[in-house]
Amino acid sequence: MSDVFRALADPTRRAVLDELHSRDGQTLFELLTRLVQRHGVTSSRQAVSQHLDVLEQAGLVRRHKEGRYVFHHLDRGPLREALGRWGFTDREGLP
Amino acid sequence: MRIVITSVFVDDQEAALRFYRDVLGFVVRHDVPLGEHRWLTVASPEDPDGPELLLEPSAHPAVGPFKQALAADGIPFTSFAVTDVHAETERLKAAGVRFTQEPLAMGPVTTAVLDDTQGNLVQLSSYAG
Repeated sequence: MSDVFRALADPTRRAVLDELHSRDGQTLFELLTRLVQRHGVTSSRQAVSQHLDVLEQAGLVRRHKEGRYVFHHLDRGPLREALGRWGFTDREGLP
Repeated sequence: MRIVITSVFVDDQEAALRFYRDVLGFVVRHDVPLGEHRWLTVASPEDPDGPELLLEPSAHPAVGPFKQALAADGIPFTSFAVTDVHAETERLKAAGVRFTQEPLAMGPVTTAVLDDTQGNLVQLSSYAG
């Protein structure tokens, strides 16, 4: 659970989640493009890749390998679980 | 000095020719037998005397790891200009081409990324009109 909050503490990682929320299933290249264009994030490829590792460890991002390519998907499950601790449910506005 | 030839590393020259000529629509400029491989170049029908794209065999051992690393991160090493990325993407998807990135507007430029079936990702770009 602490992994989820640690993952969310970083603004770049929140921007990654924003972009995956806006379009699920992106390559690292597309994510980098979107981060520069829409969030002014100029982190290196390696840095964003490491952010994705943290998000993956927290269960918020899943990597899906398809042939030669790797796509990143958003998983809201851990968030739901984390907020459920204080009684939030799907009906209270969590998509 | 001017740019005449640039290359893409292709896994299979004949299959690459089918993709670049028959699917993307390039025209063959040179096709010269060269031992096991061919000196095989294509050009744009919109600019037949312009730069040629050499379909270079991927045989060298350094090429595989290079291509695999780029593909895994979704990086297009080659880029072509089109008038309308959206229209071109629809046309190519109808022809069975796989895109790893749907058209994405980035300020004045819209880009999309396709799989050339030869281990390469290719970016299409157009300036928003």
